[in-house]
Amino acid sequence: MNAQDTCQSVIEVENLVVRYGEREILHNINFDVAAGEIMVIMGGSGSGKSTLLRHLLGLNRPASGSIRLLGQDITKLNARQMLELQKNIGVSFQGGALFNSMTVGENVELPLVEHTKLDPHTIRIMARMKLEVVNLAGFENLMPSELSGGMIKRAALARAIVMDPKLLFFDEPSAGLDPVVSAELDELILRLREAMNMSIVVVTHELESAFKIADRITVLDQGHVLMCDSTQAVKNADNERIQNLLNRRPRQEQIDPEEYLARLTG
Amino acid sequence: MPERLILLIAALGRRFVGAVDEAGYLFALLVESVYWLLFGAFLKQPVRLRAIFSECMAVGVRAIPIVTIACFATGAMLAIQGVATLKLFGAESQVVLGITLSVTREFAPLIAGIFVAGRTSSAVAARIGTMQVSQEIDALRVLGINPVRYLVSPLLAALLITLPMLTVLANFTALLGGAFYCSLSLNLPVQIFFERAAATLEVADVMQGMIKSSVFAVNIALVGACNGFKVTAGAEGVGRATTRSVVLSIVYIILIDAVFTYFMNR
Repeated sequence: MNAQDTCQSVIEVENLVVRYGEREILHNINFDVAAGEIMVIMGGSGSGKSTLLRHLLGLNRPASGSIRLLGQDITKLNARQMLELQKNIGVSFQGGALFNSMTVGENVELPLVEHTKLDPHTIRIMARMKLEVVNLAGFENLMPSELSGGMIKRAALARAIVMDPKLLFFDEPSAGLDPVVSAELDELILRLREAMNMSIVVVTHELESAFKIADRITVLDQGHVLMCDSTQAVKNADNERIQNLLNRRPRQEQIDPEEYLARLTG
Repeated sequence: MPERLILLIAALGRRFVGAVDEAGYLFALLVESVYWLLFGAFLKQPVRLRAIFSECMAVGVRAIPIVTIACFATGAMLAIQGVATLKLFGAESQVVLGITLSVTREFAPLIAGIFVAGRTSSAVAARIGTMQVSQEIDALRVLGINPVRYLVSPLLAALLITLPMLTVLANFTALLGGAFYCSLSLNLPVQIFFERAAATLEVADVMQGMIKSSVFAVNIALVGACNGFKVTAGAEGVGRATTRSVVLSIVYIILIDAVFTYFMNR
């Protein structure tokens, strides 16, 4: 990889605004991810991080603003260009989202079957190599329902990287996993970046794993980007909400008695 | 009182808007799935023959036993009622005419349609609904696989192929049922029954049933898929979508049948 590539941003989000009906969920989001970087998007429940991820993946259309992935604005692409772009992007969903009607092997093979003209034997070998990477060799004939939570996440990761994407999204890698398994998954993410030189975006609310894997952290709160900086800077931030999040302090919102009464009596 | 009236009108209006919305959704789904069937191959989103065949097995071939049994019994019942009624006029021998025309024009397509609707639209709604809940539909989209092309188009093609074929089978077994009863009660040999049936039948009679069954096929595929895609609220939503799609697709079949019968037999 030459110097020019490494400085380039793989994700640039500018003035992103998202509304569901009347309600504005994301307010003027700006951030970027550099090539080869691991960016963690962190925030509490309801901070808008899942919504942000759905928009980054092009699953929903924003009200305004632009999202550039690998240099292309996905809000302006047609279906065909989007398809080409998606081949360079891998996604691992929170619950894995493996296709339950297929075996683990078929799940991992599916992108290759659909997007390449390789012969079945080659495809099988490539899929096995990726399962090997996530330590699931020999499990290709099991159904997703026969796997444990950690194995499902790893299989989903294998499917996400089977096309050798330049950009990998990972939604809540440690959700629902015990600390050991989630630590292993963190190691795996770090190893992947080293081995395949991918840029990785991880959405999580797990602090420990966030600080372990992140190069930079974007903190999202109530639809605003509070800060987007290196892990050390986030740790030392003097913003009260960030410190609340880091120190697991419950929110202490000031209640205005008048407004409270008005809300109750309608 | 006026406030209640306003609420009533508002509820009616909401229902109406919902119905129009759904009609539009069904039509869009039809256009999109036909579009992928015709042009998918040029847009790197081909509808695989393999998928169509496996759907044909699931929705058509596996429905053969139940359609056979139901139509055989219906043919026999028509014969029983026909013989009993026509006896009043001393015209039992005309029963062949009655059975032949009512079976080919009406009962065979209707019963095949209703049974396939019961089996298929529920299964499709449950499958797509579950995929929607577990983010598998999102996973398809980010893998660059259009969900309509992958899930609905093969189903539509399979139903359009197999339901008319099942209707032919239904015609035959229903006539066989009628012939068996006639051979028992009127001493009319099965062979003679079929000879007379063939003499009465015109191509238009059978075609009428076939055209109807193609429309039923479209209805079953779209209602099932539409209800599946609209699932939002977890397992309960899947259950509701399943029930709704069975009920609606059967009701639509009967309504479509009524309209066709009215216009084609004037």
